[in-house]
Amino acid sequence: MNSARSYAKSFFYIPAFIAAVLYINSCTPVKEYQKNKLNDAEMKLSSRKVEKTELNFQSYREGASGANGGKTGGGCGCN
Amino acid sequence: MKKLFLSVIGMYFTMLAALSQGNPKTDSAYKPRKLTFEEANLVSSYYRQDGNNSAVTGGIGSEKLTDLSNSIDLKVYRYDKRFRKHSFIGELGIDHYTSASSDKIDPHTISSASHADTRFYPSLSWTMENENKGSTIGAGLSLSTEFDYSSFGFNINFSKKTKNKSGEFGAKLQAYLDRVSLIYPIELRTGGGGGEDYDYATTPRNTYSLDLSWSQIINQRLQVMLDGEVVYQKGYLGLPFHRVYFDDNSLHIENLPSDRLKIPLSIRANYFISDKFILRTWYRFYHDDWNINSNTLQLETVVKFTPFLSVTPFYRLYQQTAAKSFAPYRVHTAADTYYTSNYDLSKFNSNFFGAGFRIAPPNGVLKIQHLNALELRYGHYQKTNGMNSDIISLNLKFK
Repeated sequence: MNSARSYAKSFFYIPAFIAAVLYINSCTPVKEYQKNKLNDAEMKLSSRKVEKTELNFQSYREGASGANGGKTGGGCGCN
Repeated sequence: MKKLFLSVIGMYFTMLAALSQGNPKTDSAYKPRKLTFEEANLVSSYYRQDGNNSAVTGGIGSEKLTDLSNSIDLKVYRYDKRFRKHSFIGELGIDHYTSASSDKIDPHTISSASHADTRFYPSLSWTMENENKGSTIGAGLSLSTEFDYSSFGFNINFSKKTKNKSGEFGAKLQAYLDRVSLIYPIELRTGGGGGEDYDYATTPRNTYSLDLSWSQIINQRLQVMLDGEVVYQKGYLGLPFHRVYFDDNSLHIENLPSDRLKIPLSIRANYFISDKFILRTWYRFYHDDWNINSNTLQLETVVKFTPFLSVTPFYRLYQQTAAKSFAPYRVHTAADTYYTSNYDLSKFNSNFFGAGFRIAPPNGVLKIQHLNALELRYGHYQKTNGMNSDIISLNLKFK
């Protein structure tokens, strides 16, 4: 049971690890005229406007919040 | 409800008035010195939830709740003599909710703390961007008010791009100075009182946060962002109408520590797989000194049918450990210093999944020139303790 739990936990760290490795090893200079894919509206490194209420209810219904552009304070959300 | 309806109509006409100014003729070199409309967004959501672990009734009882939310933001900008871009964003939000559990604060009336309530939350922000230096500074103010809670917030922020513009550092300092009205469950009130006109005592709850981020272009298809935040809260962090039943069936009000330190760390990575597919990923690790540890992973795949029409199925997995002060109905004892039966602080996993639809044709949605994009999104949320909810949201973007 414990090994299953630790396996499940490690599952969450894998994306962070992969991203960190990519970050360290793979940065290549990208010129402005090469940024057409990166400038696509769907490539924005932020939550979508339409997610605004989702982020609010998640911060009310869950113990964790923050580091996602959502709220970390202000407003009750108590019900 | 009538007030809410009139407010939404008012917001709509405000937006139309802004759009009727029209966009000036622009080219890439043109730097308008006059205040110029950039974009406006209308976001509307309907949320409903249900469950059987309401904190108002001590961890048992209906969590049924509906919330109708509308917000509009308007962004305008101008350039100063030194060609720095000043952007101003005004936002007004209105939420109207009904809650079965809140009605149990005083079940003998229908005017208890907020069996139904409306929250208003206006905000203003300003940024100044120096495009030559790649730096931006900004500040913002926000207000939020509802029957039993008020909040005043302010923030300052700064960002700076690297020389080759492939990386960007961001920092944001925020503070929220809140007041909680002390509305106790009817059985625990002394000296009577109650109702919407009653002048309840209030107590402070303050939140301070520092958010640091680094975004980096990895290559022509991949970019990532690392985000770390330190949040410190002080004051009355529980809620006065959350009941707790001890093992001897005695009734108490939730009692939580008066401060809390939260540390969320996240990484976001977006990958442009092809002209048809984009993968958006987000992971967060969270820790606080109430003993809550949590992991969140969200995956979205954007499927583009045309350059202007896309569908985005998404999945979000969340797990958290319980706060040390949490125990279910009639489990706490008189020996406990802190106690709550709020299941939002219990141990659980949750799944959230759904899909979004986005359309942004070059000549406007439904050929309405200023209606730049329409986005519709639905999600279903389920906790392992049985609480579930649905949310549908619409974003109309005007340019």
